Amino acid sequence: MSGASTYVPKNPVLRWFESRLPVVGLVHSSFVVFPNPRNLNYFWTFGGILAFMLVCQIVTGVVLAMHYTPEATLAFASVEHIMRDVNYGWMLRYIHANGASMFFIAVYVHIARGMYYGSYKAPREVLWILGLIIFLLMMATAFMGYVLPWGQMSFWGAKVITSLFSAIPVVGDAITVWLWGGYSVGNATLNRFFSLHYLMPFMIAGVVVLHIWALHVPGSNNPVGVEVKSKKDTLPFHPYFTVKDGLALSVFMVFFAYFVFFIPNYLGHSDNYIEANPLVTPAHIVPEWYFLPYYAMLRAVPSKLGGVCALFGSILILAFMPWLDTSRIRSSNFRPIYRAFLFVFFADVFVLGYCGSQEPQGAIVLVSQVATAWYFIHLLLITPAMGFFETPRQLPASITEAVLGPRMAGGSGAFAAARTAASPSVDG
Amino acid sequence: MSTTTANHGHGPSGSAPSDGVTRRDMLLIATGAVGAVGVGTVVWPLISSMSPDASTLALSSTEIDISKIEAGQIVTVKWRGNPVFVRHRTPKEIKDAEATPMSDLKDPQTDAQRVQKPEWLIVIGICTHLGCVPLGHDGPFDGWKCPCHGSVYDVSGRIRSGPAPLNLAVPTYAFLTDTKVKIG
Repeated sequence: MSGASTYVPKNPVLRWFESRLPVVGLVHSSFVVFPNPRNLNYFWTFGGILAFMLVCQIVTGVVLAMHYTPEATLAFASVEHIMRDVNYGWMLRYIHANGASMFFIAVYVHIARGMYYGSYKAPREVLWILGLIIFLLMMATAFMGYVLPWGQMSFWGAKVITSLFSAIPVVGDAITVWLWGGYSVGNATLNRFFSLHYLMPFMIAGVVVLHIWALHVPGSNNPVGVEVKSKKDTLPFHPYFTVKDGLALSVFMVFFAYFVFFIPNYLGHSDNYIEANPLVTPAHIVPEWYFLPYYAMLRAVPSKLGGVCALFGSILILAFMPWLDTSRIRSSNFRPIYRAFLFVFFADVFVLGYCGSQEPQGAIVLVSQVATAWYFIHLLLITPAMGFFETPRQLPASITEAVLGPRMAGGSGAFAAARTAASPSVDG
Repeated sequence: MSTTTANHGHGPSGSAPSDGVTRRDMLLIATGAVGAVGVGTVVWPLISSMSPDASTLALSSTEIDISKIEAGQIVTVKWRGNPVFVRHRTPKEIKDAEATPMSDLKDPQTDAQRVQKPEWLIVIGICTHLGCVPLGHDGPFDGWKCPCHGSVYDVSGRIRSGPAPLNLAVPTYAFLTDTKVKIG
C-alpha cells in the first residue's frame, strides 16, 4: 500500500475508473510490484495460507449456516441433518471443522516464525499487536463455533470457559449470568454464540486489512533480519512470491485434504456426538487441541482467579514482546544463546499442550506447574536479560550479501560469506 | 432551538464575547451532551436484552416429592437449567458432617448452617470452580468429586480440596409438607 505504483491501465474504461477509485492500482502496488526481501523462506508463506483459510472458513460457514438451526432442542439434530441429508453437507462440515484446526496450525507457525526472526521488533510493533488481536478474535470465534453442534463437549466446554468470568471478584457471577442470558448455558447462550460466530470472522477480515497495511509500511522482515537497503535486496511480489505462496498453499491443501477425507474426526472428540445434557458432565473434559496449552495453565495454578489470570496473561504478555526483547538483533540465527532458549520455550508450549490433554493428577500437575512457570520466566526474565548478556554473531552487511556472498553483492568483509554458509535457513 | 436561545445572552452571533465562549463552543457542548445521553439510552437496552429474559425468570421455582428418596440416595432435579442435588443422608453421614472441625475447611460453614433438616441436604450441583457437575458418592469424604478439575466436596457439600473456592451453593428452599420441597 505504500509501495510505489507506476500502474496506468491500458484499457480506457479501466483508466476512467482508476481516476475515480484507484483500487486496481492499490492491488497492483500491494500484491504485484510490491518489493519483498529476496531471501524470504517458506515460513513466510503462512501469511498467505492464513488469508486463504479465513476465506475458506467464511465460505463454508456461510453455506453451513443455511442448513443449521441455532436452537437448543434442534441444533444437534440439524448438524446430523447436514451430515446425512444435505448434498455434500458432510464435506462442508468436515472442511469447516478441520479448517479451524488448519487455521490454528498455520497461525501458530506464523507466530513462531515472528518470534524466531524477531519480526515484532521496531518498526513492526503495531503489526505484531494487530496480529495478536486477530489471534484473540480467532480464539473467540473458534470457541463459539465449537459450541454450535450442541454436543456434550460443546456444552461443557462452553460452561467451563464462560465460568472463567465468574472468577472476577464481586461482579463475576452477574457477568456470567449476563453472558449466558440465563442461569446456565442454554438456548439463549447458543443463540448469541451463533450470532457472534457469524460476526467475528468479518471483524477478523477487517483487522487483517489493517495487519497487511501495517506490514506494507515497513515491508516484510526476512530471515537475516537486516532491513532492505537497496533495490537489489528485493524482488517483486509477482511472480516471485505469488508462485512461492501458491506452491506452499498447494502443499498445505494436500495436508488439509488428508484430514478432511481420511481422518475427519481425528482432531475432534467422540463425546461431541452425544447431545448436550446439562445434568451430566463427561468424565474427562478437554478443549480442542489448539487451546490445550492455555487449559494446562488454567489448571496449573491452584486458585481459581490465579488460573484465569495465568490463562489470559499468557497471551497478553505477548503484546509486550517488542519491549521485553531488548536485543537489537532481530533474527535468532545470529543469537546462539537466545535461539537455544527459544527452542526450549517452543518445547515448553508443547509440554503444556500435552499436560492440558491429560487428567490433572500426580506428576501431570507438577509438570504443568513447572512448564507454566517457565513460560513466564522465559518471557519476563530470560528474554529481557539476553539483550544484555548475549554476544550476537556478526550480521551480513545486506540481504543480497547474505544470499550471494560479499563478492557478488559488491559488499565488504570476507567474514560474511562464512557466516552465510553456516546459516541453513537463508535459502531464499 | 434552546441552544440558539441560550446563546443570545452572549451577544450577536459570530462575534466572540469577552469571556471567550462562542456560539460554536456552546453548540459543541450541547451536541456532545445530547449525543452521550443518546448513545447511553441506546446501548443500555442492547446490554439489558442479553440478561435472562422474562420466560427464563418465570421458571424460578420447582417442587419436588422427596418421599421416595431412600436414605443414602442422591436425586438430581433440574432448577433454572441447573442440577440440584437432594441427598437423603444416613445417620453416619450426618455425624461425619457435624463432627468436621472448622479448621479443616476452606470455606468454613457448620453443617447446621447448610441444612434445614439434618437428613436432607439440598445443594446446587454446580462445582464452584468452573461449573461442572460433580459426581456423587465419590472422593475421600464420600460426598462429591468433580470430574473436571478434581475438586472434592464432603457430605455437607463443603469444599475440602481442589481448585474450587467455595462450598456447593445452597438454594432457597422450603419444606411445604414433610414430603414436599419447593426450590426457589
